Amino acid sequence: MSGTGIGASVRRKEDLRFVRGAGKYTDDMNLQGQAYAYILRSPHAHAAIKSIDASSAASSDGVVAVYTSEDMAAVGGIPCGWQVHGKDGSPMHEPKHPALAEGKVRHVGDPVAVVIAESREQARDAAEMIDVDYDVLEAVLDMNQAITDDSPNVHDDVGTNVCYDWALGDPDVVNEAFSNAAHVAKLDLINNRLIPNAIEPRCAIGDFDQASGQYTLHTTSQNPHVIRLLMGAFVLGIPEHKLRVNAPDVGGGFGSKIYHYAEEAIVTWSAAQLNRPVKWTADRSESFISDAHGRDHVTSVELALDENGKFLALRESTLANMGAYLSTFAPCIPTYLHATLLAGQYSTPLVYCEIKAVFTNTVPVDAYRGAGRPEATYLLERIVQVAADQMGLDPTEIRRRNFIQPDQFPYQTPVALVYDTGDYESSLNKALESSDYAGFAARKEASKAAGKLRGIGVSSYIEACGIAPSNVVGSLGARAGLYEAATIRVNPTGSISVLTGSHSHGQGHETTFAQVVSEKLGVDIDSVEIVHGDTDKIPFGMGTYGSRSIAVGGTAIVNALDKIIAKGKKIAAHLLEASESDIEFENGSFVVPGTDKAKAFGEIALTAYVPHQYPLEELEPGLEETAFYDPKNFTFPAGTYICEVEVDPETGVVDIASFHATDDFGTVINPMIVEGQVHGGLVQGIGQALLESAAYDENGQLLSGSYMDYTMPRASDVPSFSVDTTVTVCGHNPLGVKGCGEAGAIGSPPAVINAILNALAEVGVTNIDMPATPHRVWQAIRNAQAS
Amino acid sequence: MYSFDYKSPSSLSEAVAMLQSSDDGLLLAGGHTLLPTMKQRLASASDLIDLGGVSELRGISVSGDAVTVGAMTTHAEVAASSDVRGAISALADLAGGIGDPQVRNAGTIGGSIANSDPSADYPAALVGLCATVNTNSRSIAAEDFFTGMFETALAENEIITSVSFHIPKCAAYCKFPNPASRYAIVGVMFADCSHGMRVAVTGAGPSVFRVSEMESALAQSCAASSIADISISADGLNSDIHASAEYRAHLVTVMAKRAVEKACASC
Repeated sequence: MSGTGIGASVRRKEDLRFVRGAGKYTDDMNLQGQAYAYILRSPHAHAAIKSIDASSAASSDGVVAVYTSEDMAAVGGIPCGWQVHGKDGSPMHEPKHPALAEGKVRHVGDPVAVVIAESREQARDAAEMIDVDYDVLEAVLDMNQAITDDSPNVHDDVGTNVCYDWALGDPDVVNEAFSNAAHVAKLDLINNRLIPNAIEPRCAIGDFDQASGQYTLHTTSQNPHVIRLLMGAFVLGIPEHKLRVNAPDVGGGFGSKIYHYAEEAIVTWSAAQLNRPVKWTADRSESFISDAHGRDHVTSVELALDENGKFLALRESTLANMGAYLSTFAPCIPTYLHATLLAGQYSTPLVYCEIKAVFTNTVPVDAYRGAGRPEATYLLERIVQVAADQMGLDPTEIRRRNFIQPDQFPYQTPVALVYDTGDYESSLNKALESSDYAGFAARKEASKAAGKLRGIGVSSYIEACGIAPSNVVGSLGARAGLYEAATIRVNPTGSISVLTGSHSHGQGHETTFAQVVSEKLGVDIDSVEIVHGDTDKIPFGMGTYGSRSIAVGGTAIVNALDKIIAKGKKIAAHLLEASESDIEFENGSFVVPGTDKAKAFGEIALTAYVPHQYPLEELEPGLEETAFYDPKNFTFPAGTYICEVEVDPETGVVDIASFHATDDFGTVINPMIVEGQVHGGLVQGIGQALLESAAYDENGQLLSGSYMDYTMPRASDVPSFSVDTTVTVCGHNPLGVKGCGEAGAIGSPPAVINAILNALAEVGVTNIDMPATPHRVWQAIRNAQAS
Repeated sequence: MYSFDYKSPSSLSEAVAMLQSSDDGLLLAGGHTLLPTMKQRLASASDLIDLGGVSELRGISVSGDAVTVGAMTTHAEVAASSDVRGAISALADLAGGIGDPQVRNAGTIGGSIANSDPSADYPAALVGLCATVNTNSRSIAAEDFFTGMFETALAENEIITSVSFHIPKCAAYCKFPNPASRYAIVGVMFADCSHGMRVAVTGAGPSVFRVSEMESALAQSCAASSIADISISADGLNSDIHASAEYRAHLVTVMAKRAVEKACASC
């Protein structure tokens, strides 16, 4: 390991500009002649639009244009990127998602009209003058109600609120296993709806150059090439060579900036109508009602066990909220990213899962840090705990009895995936040791003496990162490939530009990827620049989501580096008058082992661009290589989390006394950055378990629509984390990496809830839903005491 | 935000004159409620009269049996004041627990009480510590000052100049914060002073209120155990997604008990 290579905790190169306030975000850009867009949004969850009178708005001070859906009639709907087929083979219902509402609004925040003016305030002033005559309709909110025949429909042309009715597994075989089981554990639970709350609100600037017909969209995106494809091909009909999408520094995404949003299409289209740049920036209140939300499942789960606590079968039935429209990847989250994880770390032989996706008059729901996998982990680790409690088994013992063993890999699960590597017991053992699991009883006694209830909770999670391969996901309904691209451009003087399709919006790619290059080429990390985010600079890319950057994007970089080294060997062979097969590349030099013949990497780079001594007949000059990498399989990070809580029975306040995480991420490139990713994930997971919830009232108004009511976790809400790793390397990528971005958010919620229920067992509480707020905990204790 | 004229008086009399001559003027103190509300276009003013430059409204003084805090004194200044801490540590604690550092460094006592937010902390301090609100025209007893949810006894063109707190024998404030906003879901100021026992509750109801049953019990025996079994009715208490009226009623007893315990420990 060199000082800046793989395994070194190199400080983040990008932080120098971020901590100095010198990052360049979309809203920092202001283009010559720019106008400002304000989106008028629906105040109603569900209403017919009888008429829109925008005449006074259009003549208001500073107004350049007012557009409604009629003006945008030629513009396509916002597309969905994944088509799921139901269990009867029928395709999902895919109602049109217009950029501006057509005839009906379907959630509070649904865009109705756009005002473009010389200033943001003038646009907003004018928007208040737009007279929209609404006929308010009954809102569809409760999913159980929504799927009944007497519910009103969110989409009249669909005629039902069930988007699809999907299943995985053989119900008859699973039911048979249940009927013969020694024990069956049952649980109804809710996976609460969350609002992503990236620190940077979304922003989009459309620009159009009349002379060349070139469009540019600057936007807060995790995947600019995907936006170019979706908006260019499906919404506005702009070919790729005439559309540049640029996502500069982006302040967090957590999934919410994967999707193509209406505002991006609106500003790009408007810029061409007006022949001037148009900028839109969300304010925080707008983010709450226009960024895609996450989770929102209502679930019943059952686990069948034999008399020794061995899992025989798992059965899940879930209603998954899609919100009012299908967001870009929404259909695949509760299906292919959820049901496929239901084996967890266990050798459960049989699984049956049925998912009904439901339209409601709420903000669309899509992937949010973990995306389907937190929901799978939550139900699985909760039902395992319920079974352990009912059968009188220690939570670690029931897990050990069911873990897939190290000699069983590669392991074919009953839910389609093949796990490549893992050692679950070793993560569990390490977590038990670091958490002093054995000393819990004494700590519980001490808490009891202070009038507090103490509990400990275990969660052994698995997740799947780097969704792939493209041909398989294509057969499951994906409308895009899931590879990644990278170009290594070795400049004449030996510095290196890495053009990567993996977008960095907090992950630290500019450091981690540079470490990979530093390690492979033996060059100084400061001579490596990571370039991302601009479709005019990057050959191609699928972007950043699903913890795929190092496993997929990193592998593309490694493959391109291998091509660079291979070409360098050819050049070196010529310069050293040796056979290419005798050249080896080590420590930044091309050498002929056993001789003093050597050429430094920099000399080879210069020779490639100043090819005076060069095999020009056989080899092109230049030193730039591109690789597209399509993974053979997912990667499977896994680990065990142990949470200890202390509950104040008088107030219901839950204090997290300690949290211990042991993760297996395969090879770790930068331990400091990985630890930071785990911390962030844990805070979001603990936020879901204890604090965060998107609450709607009976009319579909978002009650937790600001930080006055939506509880974002604060530093004081979480303990100082203990984070550790075990390593089994991924066998199908050259770095042996698995990915670490989402694990914390996936594994932690059940650890917290299991700990709370362990604490509350002595006062008779057996179930609680997330978020376990003080009020909810107090109420649960009170209800238990009353019964 | 709708447009308005910004005015920056340098004296109280100038501020009063500006307020009197404006069509629909509003006073700007710390701005932590008013400015977000204006940005959301839920409030507007013809003139925004910024009291930040009126130095006579700032400062803390202790004399005899009272601590007087100027209306434009920030929460952070009250929290950090050794005079306040020496005379009424419960008041310094309360101010130090309002919102977050940004709020405490901009928000002021005058701005807070003029807004009369049912979940604000200061109303419990004013009523619990038998305070007097001084304005440019009169003095108002705290209990008469808070007249309802977001309502006070302030007349048109009346400006709060300072608040005088009665120094108690001992006092303590215990708060159960809203997990999101950190406003009080329930906040209880307990004080043992020459006026007797005071238990003042904020957050639970539409406006700050005293719990006379607890005050009588504490007058008999000043100990947490005296009020442990006194529960207040949930009727008329606030209810929202964070806490039902029943939960608030329960928390009033718990927070009162803890305030008494804390005060007795410091007495």
